[in-house]
Formats: sequence, structure tokens, C-alpha cells
Amino acid sequence: MPTDAKRPLRIFNNLSAKIASIPMILTVLVVFVGGTAWTVVHSFTKSKLLPKLNFVGLDQYERLWSTRRWLVSIENLALYGLLSLVFTLIIGFFLAALLDRKIRGEAVFRTIFLYPFALSFIVTGLAWQWILNPDLGVQQVVRDLGWASFELNPLNNPDTVMYGILVAGLWQGTGLIMVIMLAGLRGIDEDIWKAARVDGIGTAKTYLKIIIPMMRPVFVTALVLIASGIIKLYDLVVALTNGGPGLSSEVPAKYVINYMFRAQNLGQGFAASTMMLVSVAIILIPWAYLEFGGRKRG
Amino acid sequence: MNIRQSISALGAAVTVALAGTSHATELEVTHWWTSGGEAAAVAEFAKAFDATGHKWIDGAIAGSGGTARPIIISRILGGDPMGATQLNHGRQAEELIEEGLLTDLTELAEKEGWKDIVNPSSLLDACTLDGRIYCAPVNIHSAQWLWLSHGAFKEAGVDVPKNWGEFVAAAPKLKEAGLQPLAMGQQGWQQNLAFGTITVAVAGMDAWTEVAVNKNAEVAAGPVYKEVFEAAAAARELAKGSNVQDWNLATNLVITNKAGGQIMGDWAQGEFQVAGQVAGEDYTCLPGLGVNEILDTGGDAFYFPVVKDEETKKAQMELASLLVSPEVQVNFNLKKGSLPVRGDIDLSSANDCMQKGLKILADGNVLPSGDMALSPDSQTQIEDLMAEFWSTDMPAADAQASYAAIIEAAE
Amino acid sequence: MVENVVETDTVPQGPRPRRAFSRTNIMLYGTLIVVALYYLLPLYVMIVTSLKGMPEIRLGNIFSPPLEVTFEPWVKAWSTACTGINCDGLSRGFWNSVRILVPSVFLSIAIASINGYALARWRFKGSELFFSILIVGAFIPYQTMLYPLVIILREIGLMGSLWGLVLVHTVFGMPILTLLFRNYFTAIPEDLHKAARVDGAGFWGIYFRIMLPMSLPIFVVAMILQVTGIWNDFLFGVIYTKPDTYPMTVQLNNIVNSVQGIKEYNVNMAATLLTAAVPLLLYFVSGKLFVRGIAAGAVKG
Repeated sequence: MPTDAKRPLRIFNNLSAKIASIPMILTVLVVFVGGTAWTVVHSFTKSKLLPKLNFVGLDQYERLWSTRRWLVSIENLALYGLLSLVFTLIIGFFLAALLDRKIRGEAVFRTIFLYPFALSFIVTGLAWQWILNPDLGVQQVVRDLGWASFELNPLNNPDTVMYGILVAGLWQGTGLIMVIMLAGLRGIDEDIWKAARVDGIGTAKTYLKIIIPMMRPVFVTALVLIASGIIKLYDLVVALTNGGPGLSSEVPAKYVINYMFRAQNLGQGFAASTMMLVSVAIILIPWAYLEFGGRKRG
Repeated sequence: MNIRQSISALGAAVTVALAGTSHATELEVTHWWTSGGEAAAVAEFAKAFDATGHKWIDGAIAGSGGTARPIIISRILGGDPMGATQLNHGRQAEELIEEGLLTDLTELAEKEGWKDIVNPSSLLDACTLDGRIYCAPVNIHSAQWLWLSHGAFKEAGVDVPKNWGEFVAAAPKLKEAGLQPLAMGQQGWQQNLAFGTITVAVAGMDAWTEVAVNKNAEVAAGPVYKEVFEAAAAARELAKGSNVQDWNLATNLVITNKAGGQIMGDWAQGEFQVAGQVAGEDYTCLPGLGVNEILDTGGDAFYFPVVKDEETKKAQMELASLLVSPEVQVNFNLKKGSLPVRGDIDLSSANDCMQKGLKILADGNVLPSGDMALSPDSQTQIEDLMAEFWSTDMPAADAQASYAAIIEAAE
Repeated sequence: MVENVVETDTVPQGPRPRRAFSRTNIMLYGTLIVVALYYLLPLYVMIVTSLKGMPEIRLGNIFSPPLEVTFEPWVKAWSTACTGINCDGLSRGFWNSVRILVPSVFLSIAIASINGYALARWRFKGSELFFSILIVGAFIPYQTMLYPLVIILREIGLMGSLWGLVLVHTVFGMPILTLLFRNYFTAIPEDLHKAARVDGAGFWGIYFRIMLPMSLPIFVVAMILQVTGIWNDFLFGVIYTKPDTYPMTVQLNNIVNSVQGIKEYNVNMAATLLTAAVPLLLYFVSGKLFVRGIAAGAVKG
């Protein structure tokens, strides 16, 4: 409890905590704060291939916000992010809850749900490309079975391409969330279930009213993990559509990386990544401070 | 402390190792040639270099644009450079040169008379900054090729076209036969490549140079380029329904007679060869779309980061000299399927399409590659524009206006 | 795959078991099997493709089983595929990857678990602020940090060494792992901590004797995260090593990512599956550790 801090013993012990936290503090200050400051400073320059301090004011930002590709990227990220967040949480928890119900072959199911996480997306992206390809994949198979008007061609249609990417994204990302949820469920005392049963509370209700509130820290972890994955969304898009058709599946991280390394316009890439970081920080820091710093414990 | 100790221990170990092998210098070479044919080509370099008593340490990293470049640059920036590295020649290395991170090869080049042997001379220009030469060009790749399937045109009952105009005219027949007229991978760079090829064919060399080299936005917005964009819009119609991503899958549509043709660089030839097809019998290649037989002279070159070790410096020069030597040029380019950088060597064993390319080079019908003319930044912007143009119904006039704006802002 | 029955029988978990063929059970397994099929579809496509020859792949039916099963692509991916002039496939980088993996996983988890523990139980002034910034760090795409990191490592003299690479993995693993541990330790009942304090245990005593033994599942999750991430890392692996010590992913990238060369899809698929073998093995065997409150009982008893 916070009041503990007044005891002298705590001060001495806290020295160990402080020493133990030195790697974290250094990482935060040198890499995350230092590196970010470096990035922000260079976003005001016209650095091309190499970082240089030739300042041009807000030019990079003006160009950024008048570039259609950037605007499309943000829109796509918002759509994908919202859907991915909701579905990953629901599916992840749902699968974990199923696996936690004394299942035979739990290890097999768990490995099946988790394996996509281990595969490099360069090639699994290709497998999905094929599966979702109208001439090669599921559409053709279903049509051969006799349903001639069946259509499943998400990746070649600008209106549906983000959903196609979502299907593959959920396939890759839900397993890890399932495992985290499972670890959380395993951390909940067996007695809780017994007590709920004694009180005659149904299974679904026990999950909703008792278990999920108890798992709040786990959900927070999962949320941050999913959200950071969404912001960094890059490999998946490159492997599945490379941003196409046209610009319809472009995402911000891809803009940043393309402009830094392919277009060799570091300034532009840094401006874009600064915009991403600033928006994340604006949402996240106050929330994190409330969530982790407030009075709440456990 | 432990870390520092282990580093100094490591350093000592390295020094000992180096001292033991001081006659034969190990030279780490980074490049992005990794597929079967490419690897066989690199092996020719390595073989020749090892024969001099040095050792080629191969640092292959596939994926030219986005993948290998940040790695190469990080290594150079971090003060831990490789002995030599591939980079596309052109404007990419300018800043590294300005920072003094790349070795000046002028002395060697003058001694060996590179100016006289390298053909076309634009290749060496691309290696030159302020009169000094910084890279050794090793091959030429060109993008302006139309690959045609004989089988598809036979099925449609028309003759194999001899130029772009005939191709467009034959397209309705292909469609009637249920075939895809133009195969096109749905990736920006492929669409941009097709656009560039159409530009050269339709606009011709003069207008192209005015726009790409002199950055003349008026020409880009003018009537000649209007025709270009209309031709591109027509090609867009022909490419409708082509749902593949990778360029080689699009090539495969041509090989399997499902599509009439594809606009792709000379590397597509490898796919036809692997499928056992013969140029002139199963497929036809038309440089410059058969309209303006002009090729660009993109390609690869090697740069040599500045190092401290004298032995390594010597080995770098030996490698640079080796890369452009006649024998190595022939062996390498035959395996790679690209054209050699010198005009004075015999390539009679090259196939039909390569011979066509060689003839065009010999006639001097070459453009500086877009790499040399437009900055990667402008190129990426054009690529983005093309990605949008080819996949939507964007009117040709709108695309032209955006294009002119990019040229206007280009440096 | 082998069913891991023993483990599930010995461990109490979830609500009480029901009769074997109850309606709930049928629905439960039915759902699991249907979902599992969705997860397995791409794996099926990849395995089938990896067992076909290139001519058969060009025919284009991705779901059909191979007419003629060939293990050639697997052999090629592992031992003969060329990446540059070295034609010994993925096998070349396997041990290099292990050498990178072990210290990186160990150090990153050790540091992050201690961070999490300090943040959960031994807060000090400013610790929450550092932590909040750390969490924001989880959202930074690695690539934008490339050049600042190169500069930092150059300045501290770790550029081009294995320890530089280990450091980078530790830094980028830190945000999520710290969060993971912090939240897990927070959920462990405060009473245990207090009791230990009364018994005179300090920062390290409580960490080693109470927190560690109680946290196996979360250490497994951390391992899953780190082993997967570090094993699959390509960008940092290639920057901070030399050709002789390139990790396996460099070969994978080289086999798969050729721009202008011929694409051998069967070899690509086999290479991907082979590269994933180590994390997959971990996923499967880690099940034994995925049990409820191993130490909780011990502490109470």
C-alpha cells in the first residue's frame, strides 16, 4: 500500500528496487525518450538518405498532410484497428475460456491456435493470398462444388481489401491473446468457481460478472499488445497486398518505412512516424498514468 | 564491466585471427542476388576473386529496395562497414559519398581506362560525382520489354503483334477468346514499370528526357504526355481482371497462354527459360514495346566503403578491377541474364532476346535509367500515383495533373 | 501430433467436468474443431505445396494433395538452397540463431520480470512515469529506431557484436514484457507479500522465493513472446552480425525474397515451416507449465 512508503524499512528496501530498475530507466531515457527526440528533431529537416540537421521547418508535415496515401493510410488503420481490437479480444478470450474447461487434447488445440504466431508472414501471406485468390482459392473450390455465384475475392476489391487482411490478421494474432488470457484464467483461484457454483450462478454469468472483472490486468496487457500490433501493422499488408489494389490497403507504418528506406526521404518518414507517436502518446500517457499510477491495485 | 572485458577479449581474438591470415585478405561483400541464377552469377565473382588469393566473404541479403538498403547503410553508418557492397547506381549513394564514407575509385578507373571501355557511357556517369568515380558498374538491366505469348494469339486467331499498336488492336480478339489481354501484377512498382515503358514508347526520347532529367513540368502537363496517359489508360483497360500480385505469376499467365502479354523487365526471360520455352517460337520479346526501340540502362554497381585497414584497401581495388574485367563480365552476365557493361566483348552465346538488347545498346539507343534521373523520393511518389491510377478509374487527365505536380516539386 | 492427456487429467481447472456426451460437450468440441479447421487451412496449403514439384504447383490447384509426393523441397530448403554463393540452405544459420536466442531471451525476461516486480510491489517516485513512457515505446515501429540505435551502439562500442544484438532485443522486448509481469504480479494476493515482509524477506528474497515460483504460466507466455520474436527477427540480426554469424532468418529471407529470380514456392513453404520449428516445439512442450497455481498450493499448505 502507498502508505507503506513512510516506513523507514521501505526506503532501504526501495533502494534495491531502484537499483533493479536502472536498466529500465536507462532504456526509457536513452532509447525511447532520446531516440524519439532524435526522430522528432529530424522530422523538421530535409534529411534524405542520411540523417542531417538541415532544417526546413514544417515542410515535411505540410507535404505529409497533403499526401493522399497518408490520409488513406490513417483511414484504413482506423477501420482495421477497431475491428481487429474487438475481434481479437473476443476470440482470444472465447478460445481461452473453451480451453480452460478441462478439454482433452488441450495442448493440441492450444498449439493449433498459436502456431500462426510463429510463422514468418513473408510466406504465410502468400498462402493467404492464394486462399483468397478468386482463381486459385476458396471461391473456385466452392464454385466447383456447384455454387456458381459464390464470391470470395476480398483482396482485389478496394472496398473489401481491409477485411481480407483482417481475416489473415486475426488468424495470426488471436493465438497469442488466447494464451495470455489462458494464463490469466489459470491464475484465478479454483475456489472462486466453487463459490459461484454454491451460489447457483451460471457459467456464462460467472465469466461475465466475476472472472472478467478479476482479469482486468490481463485484459489491459492484451489491449496494449493488440493495439501496439495494430499501430505497427506492416508485414501483413506487405505480404498480402503490398498496399493494393491501388492505395486501398496502405497503412501508416508502411508509409513511414517506405519513405525512410525506399524513397530515401528520412525527413518525410520521420514526420509520419512523429505523427503516429504523438497521437499514441496523447491517448496513452494519460490513460497509462491513470491505469498504472492511480490508487488502484490488483 | 563484464561486457567490456568480453569485448576486448573478442577484439584480441579477432586481431590474432587477422594476423594469421595477413596475406589473403577476407573481404565481406554485401549484395542482394540470392535466387538460383543470381547466386550462380555471384559465384563467378567470388571464384575470380578467390583466385587472386583473397577470400570473398559472402553477405547476401535478398530484397533490394526496402530490405537490404537500411541494413547496408546501418552498417556503414555504424562504423562497421563491409568491404564492398552492391547498390543500384545513380543518385542513391550521393550522400554517402558526400559524407566521405565511400572510396574514390578514380585512380583505378583512369589507369584501366574505364571511360573508354564502359558502354554506354551513362553507366559511368552514374558512378561519378564531381568528376570522381565511386563505383564499378557490373551489368545492365532494362525494363522496357513486352513479352508475348504465341499460344494465346494463336488461340485468339490473330498474328503475334509486332508492336504495341498491333497489340492493342488484337486485344478484343483475345478477350473474345476468354483470354486476359495484358497480364499485370497488382503492385505499384510493376504498374510504374509499365507506365515508364509506355512513356518511352509513346513520348519518345526527347520528351522523356525533358521531363525525367530536366524536370520540365510543362512538358509533363503538355500534349505529348497527354497521349502517354491516354495510352496508359487504354493499357489499364487491357489489364482489367488480372488478379495476381507477384510479377512472375503474371509472367506465368503469359507462359501458360492465359494472357496475351506482359510488360516487364528483361529478368522475366528467366521464367520463360525455366518453363522450357524458346524465344521466337513460344514467346516473343519486343524491346521498347516494338515502337521506340530504346532501352534504359539501369543495373547494378558495387561501391567500396572507406575502411582503415591497408590490406583491405588493396583488396578492394583488386576486386573493383576484377568486376569490370572482360572475362568476369562475360561469365557473370551470361549466368545473370543481364547485359555486360563493356562493348568490346563477345556474347555470341547469348539468346535471341539478349542479342536484341545488345544490338540496341551497340546502336546507342539508351536512356539514362529513371534511377539516375529522378530521385527515389519522386519515384516513390510516382509509384504511388501509378498504383492508384491502374487500380481505379482515375481519369487520365487527373493522373497527368498529379504527375506534373510531382515533376514540378522534384529536385 | 500427440495428445497431451496426462497433463489435463492431473490438473484441476475450470468448472467441474461433465458427462462425456452431454450437449455442452458436443458443442464445446464442435466449436473447437471448426475453429481449429480455420486455423489449420493455411498450414494445410503450405504443407501440401511444400510436397509438390514446381510443375504441379504451376497447374494451380492449391488445395489438391500432391499427385507425387516429393521431399525434395524440404531437403533443398534445409541443406542445398543457395543464398548468395553459399548453397547449404537454412542449416547454415541454425546454430547462429540459437546462439543469439539463448542470451537474448534470458536477459530480456530476467530484466523485464524484475522491472514488473518492482513496479507491482516496490514503487518509487517516478516509477509510474517511466513505466508509462515505456508502454508508449511498445508502439514505436522498430524501423524508425534503426539509425538512433546504430548511433547509440556505435557510441558505446557495441556495434557489430553479439552483445549489441542482445541489448537491442532486451530493449525492444522490455515494454510488453514489463507490462506482462507487472500486471501478473499485481494480481498475486498482497497478503503473501506482506507475510513474507513480516518474516524479514527483502526485495530479492520475495522475488526469488515467492514471485518466481508462483508465476510459471506468465514466464511461459514471456518465453513464447521472446522466443518467437527473437527467433524470427531478421532486421537486427543481420545488422549486428557478420555473414559468418548471420541468423537463420537471413537465409529464410534470401530463399523467399528474391526480387528478380525464379520463385520456388515449394521450397519457400518448406523453409518457412522449418524456420518455425523451434518456436512451434516450444509452444507444444510449454503446455506442461500451463497449469493453475502450482506454487499457490504449496505456499498455502
